[in-house]
Amino acid sequence: MLEFLTEFMIIDIFVSNFGRLMSGLRFTLTLTFVVMFFGTIFGVLLALGRSYGIKPISWVCTAYIELIRGTPMLAQLFILYFALPAYGIRFSAVTVAYLGFTINCAAYQAEYTRGSLESVGADQYKSAYSLGMKRWQTILFVVLPQAIRWSIPAWTNEFIYILKYTSLAYIIGAPDLMTQGKFIASRNYQFFRVYFIAAIIYLVIVLISTWIIDKIEAKFKIPGFG
Amino acid sequence: MGDEDRPLLNIKELKKSFGDNLVLDGISFSLDTGQNKVIIGPSGTGKSTVLNCVNRLVVPDGGEIWLEDTEIVSCDNINEVRQEIGYVFQGFGLFHHLTALKNVMLGLTRVKKVPKKEAKEKAIAKLERVGLLDVLESYPAQLSGGQKQRVAIARALAMEPKLMLFDEPTSALDPELIGEVLNVMRKLAEEGMTMLVVTHEMGFARAVSDEIIFMEKGRIVEKSSPEKMFEQPENPRTREFLFKLDELYGKGGE
Repeated sequence: MLEFLTEFMIIDIFVSNFGRLMSGLRFTLTLTFVVMFFGTIFGVLLALGRSYGIKPISWVCTAYIELIRGTPMLAQLFILYFALPAYGIRFSAVTVAYLGFTINCAAYQAEYTRGSLESVGADQYKSAYSLGMKRWQTILFVVLPQAIRWSIPAWTNEFIYILKYTSLAYIIGAPDLMTQGKFIASRNYQFFRVYFIAAIIYLVIVLISTWIIDKIEAKFKIPGFG
Repeated sequence: MGDEDRPLLNIKELKKSFGDNLVLDGISFSLDTGQNKVIIGPSGTGKSTVLNCVNRLVVPDGGEIWLEDTEIVSCDNINEVRQEIGYVFQGFGLFHHLTALKNVMLGLTRVKKVPKKEAKEKAIAKLERVGLLDVLESYPAQLSGGQKQRVAIARALAMEPKLMLFDEPTSALDPELIGEVLNVMRKLAEEGMTMLVVTHEMGFARAVSDEIIFMEKGRIVEKSSPEKMFEQPENPRTREFLFKLDELYGKGGE
């Protein structure tokens, strides 16, 4: 393995471009965390709106979720970055990356959350109402805490997806890990080796994230439940 | 107000249909403070619907339900009325994400706005009353069916209700767990709680109730004292039904 790496200059390339690769990684990670944070918040709100909102709100949330989930993420980025300027709305590549991935992430998080909301049984509504709890109290204190716990595995899965999907940012030139890789490769013409390095970095980050996520999931587990 | 003769719960001409299916066809009866009535009857005759109407989880199509001087069907403060009515049912309805203690506390802190410390003391007292001091910190999934139902009873009692509704509270339980729940209910009755119970447990009905109401097809066929109901039921349908129950569950006399 070590021979393979030295022979193909993998380590050389990695060391000599370390700063640029790390700056790309930093952007990728920041983008992923910010997207996950806002995407999850908007996702939960969308799910609540779709499940419990009055009809117009429910329809709007449903339409949003289905539209976003029904179209390719690449097309969404293109529309934000290339189509909107035609209508006088101009965003930087970085803004489009943050905006586009958050819009996309929210729709998926919403559907995961909705599934969890619906898995809370009718008996619990019945007992909450018969204690005199209002509908919003029932949702907030009974249904949502359980739905969130049910959703954690799907949410964390989404984190891994987003981490990798952010590589699409290179299409619009936002300075993520892939874009930096492309930049390095365009100067040393070592496309295969540079992308190989980028892939390894993604892999390492994904493995570390999975390990941390497992710890988090174990911590939020309800004894004897799910 | 101040009417000594007024029943605690008074149900008048209650009617309810689900689509074309007439479930309640004019049900009337009343319950005085401290009284204990058991509704029996074949399944699908609207027994549970009566209870669900009493706390308006199901809205009746017609009739009146009076809890003291509040008319439940038309009142506009149903969440306050529900606090006066404890409701325990077959499926327990425990909150899965909360410990037994927190299950009992939730209604106190969120609905009655009782301070946390006081709510905790009260919840512990209620759980002690149903014999569950040893599982305060257990989650529902860690409890047996009988323990779950007793937590549900403690949770309802914590709200200090004037009336307790029980909808087949032991039907989901393994036979050996039924006794612990019935004992709690019996103790409650002895302590003077007003209770309306739907059950097939004839031993309980016979020992505890002041009156047994036999319902069929949305109507009350017969109501009388347990002695009379079991020894000399008037209606042939009542006789037939009790005979079937005897075959299934054994004699009501224990």
